[in-house]
Amino acid sequence: MIYLKLFLTFLEIGTLSFGGGYGMISLIREQVVANDWLTESEFLSFVAVSESTPGPLAVNMATFVGSSQAGLAGAFFATLGVVLPSFVIILIIAALIKNLLSYAPVQAFLHGIRPAVIGLILATALTMGLDILLSFKNVGSSVVPDLRAIIILFLLVAVHAAYALIKKKRPSPIGMIVFSAALGAVVYGI
Amino acid sequence: MAEDSKKKGKLRRVAALSLTMLKIGLFTFGGGYAMVALLEREFVSGKKWIDKDEFLDLVAIAESTPGPIAVNCATYIGYKLAGVVGSAAATLAVCLPSFVIIYLISLFFDAFLSLKYVGYAFRGIQVCVIYLICSAGVKMLREMEKDFLSCAIVCVTVIAMTVLSFLSVGFSSVFYILIGGAVGVFAYFLSKIIGNTRKDGKK
Repeated sequence: MIYLKLFLTFLEIGTLSFGGGYGMISLIREQVVANDWLTESEFLSFVAVSESTPGPLAVNMATFVGSSQAGLAGAFFATLGVVLPSFVIILIIAALIKNLLSYAPVQAFLHGIRPAVIGLILATALTMGLDILLSFKNVGSSVVPDLRAIIILFLLVAVHAAYALIKKKRPSPIGMIVFSAALGAVVYGI
Repeated sequence: MAEDSKKKGKLRRVAALSLTMLKIGLFTFGGGYAMVALLEREFVSGKKWIDKDEFLDLVAIAESTPGPIAVNCATYIGYKLAGVVGSAAATLAVCLPSFVIIYLISLFFDAFLSLKYVGYAFRGIQVCVIYLICSAGVKMLREMEKDFLSCAIVCVTVIAMTVLSFLSVGFSSVFYILIGGAVGVFAYFLSKIIGNTRKDGKK
């Protein structure tokens, strides 16, 4: 049953995603691709929409994936699944064990999780990047470079570098998404 | 009578809390951290419902527990101000705008994507998302404490995940997270044991 499957999948994601929205991305990608819910490029489009609309990335992604698979009820169960673990865990901490974080073993656990999540995010960016830019999925696939995508990435990185140099901060994600949309329309449209 | 007015006060508080959370859910772009700044303005400097120190504790808890940071914050603040009912109302309110907006978008998304130039634009956007994920990862890497254990876990995770993905070997991300946590705990107890034996040696 699709509703139960959506609920349980996002329940697992909600329980195990540390480090906020981006920490969740590799988990969501794995699940939606493995279940044949989305293709790699659909997934990336969903992330872009979730990032450029208000609200938590995880809730947006869950609603989007749920709705694409099973309409309004699907969106509801996926969102419920992703929110429920947070709700229960925080309630337990707020009501019962306020000083949970001050226990050394808990600190040690989190200390080990943080770098693992960073590793996951970087590895996800790397494997997806190679897939989109070079169509390189695994050792069996042949490399077909997408020159246009490479040009777009190059320009985005250049803008990021220039922005960081002049304004001393990172450009806003939404600004970059809008910029890349214009680039895409121009570069692929020619 | 007193009981009644107390109940009314609580109800009013839940309503005000929900309204504020609804506003935050509707107006924060860019995920958790943008939301934390807004929560601070609303609940600490604005309404003064929570004091500064408690807010900092709350953010630390929200960041260290699984799940979206905004949802974690909302649940905690809701509980603080109006118990379990408050936390349910706050969580629901912070998620509701997202849910409605994304649901509406999802209804038209496929038709929208099938427009020729929109399709092209989204191919550009897909590249951008990879850049965004990478830049988020690099930012977190920069802010990480760079002790030996953390660096080793980052390197092993990146290499193992990339290699396994290229070999098409299925190994869930979940395991990396759990193994990372287990290694952290193991290293902690190991350093304790080593510390104790050193102390004994000195005696």
